[in-house]
Amino acid sequence: MSFKQFSRRFGALAGGGLLMNSSSAWAELGLNMTRGVTSISRAAYDLHMLIFWICVLIGLVVFGVMFYSMYHHRKSKGVVPAQFHESTTVEIVWTVVPMLILIGMAVPATRALIAMEDTSNADMTITVTGYQWKWKYDYLDEGVSFFSTSSTPRAQIVNDQEKGENYLLEVDNPVVVPVGKKIRFLTTAADVIHAWWVPDLGWKRDAIPGFINESWATIEEPGIYRGQCAELCGKDHGFMPVVVVAKTEEDYQAWLSEQKASAGAAAASADREWTLEELMSKGESVYGTACAACHLPTGEGMGDMFPALKGSPVTTAGPVEEHIATVLKGRTGTAMAAFATQLDDVDLAAVVTYTRNAWGNDTGQLVQPSQIESLR
Amino acid sequence: MSTDAIAHDDHHDEPAKGLMRWVTTTNHKDIGTLYLLFSLLMFFVGGAMALVIRAELFQPGLQLVDPHFFNQMTTMHALVMIFGAVMPAFVGLANWLIPMMIGAPDMALPRLNNWSFWIMPFAFTLLLSTLFMDGGAPASGWTIYPPLSLQTGDAFPFLIFAIHFMGVSSVMGSINIIATILNMRAPGMSLMKMPLFVWTWLITAYLLIAVMPVLAGAVTMLLTDKFFATSFFNAAGGGDPVMFQHIFWFFGHPEVYILILPAFGIISQIIPTFSRKPLFGYASMVYATASIAFLSFIVWAHHMFTVGMPLAGALFFMYATSLIAVPTGVKVFNWVATMWKGAITFETPMLFALAFVVLFTVGGFSGLMLAMAPADFQYHDTYFVVAHFHYVLVPGAVFAIMAAVYYWLPKWTGHMIDESLGRKHFWLSVIGVNILFFPQHFLGLAGMPRRIPDYALQFAEFNALSSIGAFIFGLSQLMFLWIVIKTIRGGQQATDQVWEGAQGLEWTLPSPPPYHTFETAPEIK
Repeated sequence: MSFKQFSRRFGALAGGGLLMNSSSAWAELGLNMTRGVTSISRAAYDLHMLIFWICVLIGLVVFGVMFYSMYHHRKSKGVVPAQFHESTTVEIVWTVVPMLILIGMAVPATRALIAMEDTSNADMTITVTGYQWKWKYDYLDEGVSFFSTSSTPRAQIVNDQEKGENYLLEVDNPVVVPVGKKIRFLTTAADVIHAWWVPDLGWKRDAIPGFINESWATIEEPGIYRGQCAELCGKDHGFMPVVVVAKTEEDYQAWLSEQKASAGAAAASADREWTLEELMSKGESVYGTACAACHLPTGEGMGDMFPALKGSPVTTAGPVEEHIATVLKGRTGTAMAAFATQLDDVDLAAVVTYTRNAWGNDTGQLVQPSQIESLR
Repeated sequence: MSTDAIAHDDHHDEPAKGLMRWVTTTNHKDIGTLYLLFSLLMFFVGGAMALVIRAELFQPGLQLVDPHFFNQMTTMHALVMIFGAVMPAFVGLANWLIPMMIGAPDMALPRLNNWSFWIMPFAFTLLLSTLFMDGGAPASGWTIYPPLSLQTGDAFPFLIFAIHFMGVSSVMGSINIIATILNMRAPGMSLMKMPLFVWTWLITAYLLIAVMPVLAGAVTMLLTDKFFATSFFNAAGGGDPVMFQHIFWFFGHPEVYILILPAFGIISQIIPTFSRKPLFGYASMVYATASIAFLSFIVWAHHMFTVGMPLAGALFFMYATSLIAVPTGVKVFNWVATMWKGAITFETPMLFALAFVVLFTVGGFSGLMLAMAPADFQYHDTYFVVAHFHYVLVPGAVFAIMAAVYYWLPKWTGHMIDESLGRKHFWLSVIGVNILFFPQHFLGLAGMPRRIPDYALQFAEFNALSSIGAFIFGLSQLMFLWIVIKTIRGGQQATDQVWEGAQGLEWTLPSPPPYHTFETAPEIK
């Protein structure tokens, strides 16, 4: 961000603080919770504002009394201190009154919570699976499934390039959903705990390996809604955004048929023989999304935690079967994930070929998709 | 009375000379000093880590550290501040003050006392050494949730054993405090006459004994999951990763009150002194502390609303959590009522105590907001939570500790503090801490998750502001260090009572008190 942009927004911020309740300015400056686009997000917002104003009110009274006392009961004004130190009546009052306020707040909170937990009668179901560090979406009943990875270029992150408008909140494959339908989201994870969060939907939900959590949303307006992983999940926790694109039913159906068509094409390509050039170019792109976060684009890795692949025994001298097994099954007790379910045979063949031949590894060996299939 | 107590020419009346005095000491004042100095050191170590975090977050993009090291910093900052800075500071205060407040000659178990301190340097050597290991320090957050924490490198067993050491030290310290309070009160010092600081520590000590073994169990299960192929928390082996969170927070929530109850005690000593009026509602303060301690055991899952709990569970934890607002409110009301119609002066300890009351309450308000489960689905794991717990821990617990040091340092050293420096330190701290943490509320509400090394552009302004506040606050603590050193080395001679309105046994002793005090118990009327 340029200094000019920075100072403009900073000035707006100072001005915005004076204008209470101009809700649009608040949202733009990111001062308050979003009202969002679902009934849940609005319930959360309303509850948040209710309890916020109750706290402000209590604060004004308590701090008002306190500051009055600090001003008027100063020793420098020559006051003689009173010696009272007990009053059962007062104690009862300030125990009972807060209790009543709490009960008053519990009513809308309970109502909202019951509505949130009601995942029945959903129109469709999407399974969201957290991986280090990407999301996988499965459209149950449709047979559509894909990974969604951050698409912010590394150059922007390391400040070699001007940062884009949606810096760190952009992905290669957004999850596309129809508006006006009750969507049930099932969240789970493949490695460690993640949390799927889109503020405009009004909730976040942990994605836990071995568990399936249910949540729901009925998005009311078409639009692009951005969020990110909210549970610390390792090195690139800050780099696994969520992008939801809500479309009209018609546009959604068109998108769905497009997805099904391209899935068919991919399956066909797994059956043929691939050349080294094809595998290398495919492998480079797969490596970029699946491996480079830890092993670095140069294959040099980061210390013992994320070992180098360049010149490594596994990727050069070692048998190719062992290399494939490591990629398929991961290494337990380390950050190396199992990619068997994350990548298809073509991707795996390409990335193994790539790592055996890139950065001067030059083994000249190539792995075909059929070979991966036989080793799964 | 006090002069009788010290006119006693025993051969161990004077401390030994040299380094061995500190290694072998069983004197509660020496051990209190050791704890406090250790805590101060850890405060700066943990603070330096916080500054690394805030420096990286000053602007979007990665500038100074890589994400893995960033995660090490957030994890270590929390562990060092909680277990190394705040807890030992309270134990140090307990060591110095409890015997002097209840008219006891020393702690009940002096050798155990020596041991509970001397475990700490070893625990933190283990913990801090992990920064230099392959794979770096623990990076899975201080909550060490599996399966992520099981990806830790060589640091893992060191972390677990460091936690075991800290736990052993805390439990031994707590046993000592309970034994001292229950057995060594001077004649006439009934429980309901004890200063509130002693009461809050008695209750805190029970909390510690109850929950530190739970943490020990949890981390031991992690250890066997990692090295001995058990599957306590591994779903693939029939275990349950969420169970760790339940066990952890069963420790973790009482731990939060371990970090604040002694602070309540400190504030309840300071406000009456500078209001020149007895504490309002002493009995209700004791009952409120006990209620908070009880409630702390039945609210743990409010840290876990998003893990996917049954509706009934979520409702129970929401209601139970909101209930904590009642006894906490009673405390704040009592402090304000103590000030009401007093004759207030604003010396440095009082300034910190007043800032505590206001800013801790701000943290309490955001806590109440977080208790509302449907809204928590938005707040959870965002900077709103970071703002919340830093408000209760920094201008909460840490300000209370500083207030305590300013309040009792003249008693301990015999020298008054430099008031004008103290006030400057106060104003820099209170302004810095608010610039640091208040904008984090906005960041969280606008959607910034916690524990991320880089963020989207709409979060840039408040992060920059917060980082500026961090450096103001962090660097102004060097002033605190300077004031402490300056007061130890000299200053205006303090009277026995030190502060005009101070009441209690410790203020009947000379300033500084002799090495052994109350060898003959005082009479309490």
